[in-house]
Amino acid sequence: MEKIIQVGMADLKFAKAPDKLITAGLGSCIGICIYDKVLKSGCLAHIMLPSSQQAKSTQNKAKFADTAIELILHEMESQGASRLHLLAKIAGGAQMFKFSGKSDIMKIGERNAVAVIENLQKNRIRILARDTGGNYGRTIIFDPGTGDLLVRTIGHGERVI
Amino acid sequence: MIHDFSDLSGIQLDALKEIGNIGSGNAATALAQLVQAKIEMSVPIVTILPFVSVTNLLGGADKHVMGIYLAVDGSATASILFILPVDQACLLVDMLLGKKLGETSIDKFGDMESSAMMELGNILSATYLNAMSVFTNLTFIPSVPALGIDMAGAIIDAILAQFGEIADHVLVMETKFKKDDYDVVGHFFLLPEPESLNRILSALGVSC
Repeated sequence: MEKIIQVGMADLKFAKAPDKLITAGLGSCIGICIYDKVLKSGCLAHIMLPSSQQAKSTQNKAKFADTAIELILHEMESQGASRLHLLAKIAGGAQMFKFSGKSDIMKIGERNAVAVIENLQKNRIRILARDTGGNYGRTIIFDPGTGDLLVRTIGHGERVI
Repeated sequence: MIHDFSDLSGIQLDALKEIGNIGSGNAATALAQLVQAKIEMSVPIVTILPFVSVTNLLGGADKHVMGIYLAVDGSATASILFILPVDQACLLVDMLLGKKLGETSIDKFGDMESSAMMELGNILSATYLNAMSVFTNLTFIPSVPALGIDMAGAIIDAILAQFGEIADHVLVMETKFKKDDYDVVGHFFLLPEPESLNRILSALGVSC
């Protein structure tokens, strides 16, 4: 019986095929999927912020791009995955509100995307596909068995990356 | 000093509830005048919630909603969000623009419609903040409103992210507005930053 496992905001979950992972309503947040093709298993993290470095509250590692990726790698390795087999797909990082001449805070989506890509590269995880940016929300469903990432939007189509 | 929202005492929560009550009472009156209908409001809820639960208040992270966001500057910084389901937003636009109910649809939501909703956000926030200002003697300066139409989670996550560096929880002051006893018009949220919260609490005479 296949399950669809919900991943909340600032949350991280592991799944093995045929189970799937879903996270709903990504705006500036990013869904990071990292999976092992051979093991047919993977993790989905829903991060909110680019870096834990300046943050005062860092208990929840799934909240930040840098610590969430570390946590995923740790989790995948403890499940028997080899780092060489790991592949990544990412989605989200939109800018939902536009203010004229507004500060960094509203560009958080863009900063999140940059941080996720940097941290994946630093850990030598290949990014197979990404669907980031824009000004609309995304709900994503990840199938660790096939590696398919289904991206749903309101008014901006539906696609598998 | 409140470092974490979970440190708030019962008296402090009650004080916040009271100013929320007065603020949203004024906002409800303003809304009723704008749409020329009877508007009821719920007793304000003041809660401390983990991020993930905030979207549950709105009916789930992928619910199709309209959100009007204002950043509040001044002596106590905060964020204001007025969130409502898209169908309700369209009905409100009909009332604001004097159209037949059901005429506006989300597919044909143009500049005029957006502008009407943003103005509504402006008026609601200004009346709410005005009441708070009288009560606390603090200055609140709302920004121009920004409008987003999308999934609830997507609308709210950039705003929650501002709190993410300092906390895993937010203090939510929420009021629901209803029209004609049955329709939930929208949810009005005030999200003060932790530092602002200390200022508001000491202005109310319940600091710790």
